[in-house]
Amino acid sequence: MSEKTQEHWDIVIEPSQSWRDNFDWKQIRKYRDLMWLLVKRDVVAVYKQTILGPVWFFIQPIFTMAVYILVFGLIADLGTDNVPMPLFYLSGVILWGYFSTMLTTTGSTFITNQALFSKVYFPRVIVPLSLLYSNGLKFLIQFILFLAVFIFYALKGQVSLGTHWYLLPLSVILMAFQGLAGGLIVSALATRYRDVNFLVKFGVDLLRYATPIVYPMSLLFADGSNETLRYIIMANPMTGVLDAFKVAAFDQSFVQPYFWETLLYSTGVTLLMLIIGIASFHKVEKKFIDTV
Amino acid sequence: MSKVAIEVKDVSKEYRLGVFGTGMLSTDIKRWWYKIRGKEDPFRLVTAENDRTKASESEFVWALRDINFSVKQGEVLGIIGRNGAGKSTLLKVLSQVTPPSTGSIKARGRIASLLEVGTGMHPELTGRENIFLNGSILGMNKAEIASKLDEIVEFSGCAKYIDTPLKRYSSGMKVRLGFAVAAFLEPEILIVDEVLAVGDAEFQKKAIGKMKDVSKGEGRTVLFVSHNMGSIRALCDRGLVMEQGKLAFDGPVDEAVKAYLSQANAEEVDLHLREDRVGRGDFRFKSIRFLNAEGEACSEVLSGQAITMQVQYELKKALDPKKLIFTVNICDVYEQMVLSFISDEMGFVASELVDGGMLELHIPALNLRGGSYSIRLFSAHGSTGADDLQDVIEQAATLDVHPSDFWGSGKTTRPMYSALCAGEMKHKNT
Repeated sequence: MSEKTQEHWDIVIEPSQSWRDNFDWKQIRKYRDLMWLLVKRDVVAVYKQTILGPVWFFIQPIFTMAVYILVFGLIADLGTDNVPMPLFYLSGVILWGYFSTMLTTTGSTFITNQALFSKVYFPRVIVPLSLLYSNGLKFLIQFILFLAVFIFYALKGQVSLGTHWYLLPLSVILMAFQGLAGGLIVSALATRYRDVNFLVKFGVDLLRYATPIVYPMSLLFADGSNETLRYIIMANPMTGVLDAFKVAAFDQSFVQPYFWETLLYSTGVTLLMLIIGIASFHKVEKKFIDTV
Repeated sequence: MSKVAIEVKDVSKEYRLGVFGTGMLSTDIKRWWYKIRGKEDPFRLVTAENDRTKASESEFVWALRDINFSVKQGEVLGIIGRNGAGKSTLLKVLSQVTPPSTGSIKARGRIASLLEVGTGMHPELTGRENIFLNGSILGMNKAEIASKLDEIVEFSGCAKYIDTPLKRYSSGMKVRLGFAVAAFLEPEILIVDEVLAVGDAEFQKKAIGKMKDVSKGEGRTVLFVSHNMGSIRALCDRGLVMEQGKLAFDGPVDEAVKAYLSQANAEEVDLHLREDRVGRGDFRFKSIRFLNAEGEACSEVLSGQAITMQVQYELKKALDPKKLIFTVNICDVYEQMVLSFISDEMGFVASELVDGGMLELHIPALNLRGGSYSIRLFSAHGSTGADDLQDVIEQAATLDVHPSDFWGSGKTTRPMYSALCAGEMKHKNT
């Protein structure tokens, strides 16, 4: 055999190195059809054999909103910065829904797909990416609902679009990527320590209350409000994102004094989490099948 | 000379044994602490050989050890070995499901692996949707699948149910659909685990036929793992025999099959502890073992080859050799007798009977269909009446027979429990 013809190899399999070896973007492009099919599977399969089908995409946020109106709006009377209650709570519910499903579904990537991953090779990151899109589609449908309610109140003159309306898409993207990044980190940790999954499952429910979803930002800056509490809530990277969405959507929203700083902080944290997330996911994806 | 398709160099794979989960954080922290100080990992003991039967001192085990081989383009390589020999681990490493611990694998062209049929199929989706999903998981793109959709549907034989959700399919149909998708993959290198062992006889034939087309006709490289020596011999040119994570043999497929059949686990079967026996017990069977044509101990044999059974006995009381009736029966799994060898009918009289002596049965050509047969040992003194029984042991040992081409027709005999003998068929016009 001549040495010359032996030079080119299409596939080289070697022991797993550190996260420093390249993340193979080309491979991901090659498998994009698979990604779309997984998106389709996730969207189509979930509500098969249900009577209401995709209507469930609406029912979830509407009922959560109704409960929030009842508990936090009417009973606790936390206020909504003059934004009509349904709109105020709905915006928080759908945005948080996108984040939390991204976090939990991405977080259990390796565990739910163990059977699949142990049989076939494809870039594992295809799965979280497909989740980004399938959950994005769900969000889009719910956003249409939000839009309908918004127009209803806008026509009644009770609400109008904020001056920084262009922050809307940014806040949605930040939200999605924060969920994705957090999920990637969680998934990497969960292959070794299953505890992380339990933590995330109830942690994400608690984190909801450290984010201005059921209360307005103005509450934190009201006279006599607890300053330590304010900083804890502001330290939550989700706060800036949710606040940005509301300020962008509703002109009536209270713009807190550190609005831009919080948003910048949230963006920075998201980027940092994304880098850590991709690196840790990549480190784990090759070897997890032996440790999971 | 054709190009090398896969080159496997010094590949080893190490696994951790036992339950590792509790207290892992502390272990990890310690390992990390040792690592940053540049010390040896304290939790890593000297690794043991992968021998499932012996308890290991070490926490780690080599599932694969220094595997070296290369496969030429268009070659069909069969990989055989006992359970736990490392076949599946090798396939997993080759299909990039798990990385090797050391060594490297280089390959030319796409690798598609079929470690399971219908991987990733979703029960709620229809057959058609699943063809796309499964196909893309196996590495095809949408356009490729769409262009072959009709062929896939036809090959699977599920055309009628193609728009029905998969959960309504019978398990056989699921397998057919899964195999059909895989059959139309067009990788340069195809890795197949024992997926042919599923489905009914008709489908198996179809699947093996397709595998032959893929390898012989289309010139693709195939790596094939199976326990079925018949299909290994039918499909492969070359065979690898794995033993305890190491490569025990690499060569022409017929020799590989032989090497596999004469592998370990051929110790004699001790009958001392058997309590479930009938008879007076003056004459008792002590042990049984099988020897193949080469005179090596074995527990498996290829149909049509010679086999010798050696039965050791013990004697509590002097018996008349002329009156002893010694019988070896070969039975199927339902304990139905397929063959029987009875000493007095065969005109055999032992010259003498001594404690610790041995009786031997030689069969020049064991013509049985493939399957796992059990050996029934029987002895009596005087007559075969209930009062004269000396020692009877049901299922004294098992003998695995691998099917072969008995008729010389190019076709391996079907797996059923029966003996085979010469015969000829003709058509006569009356």
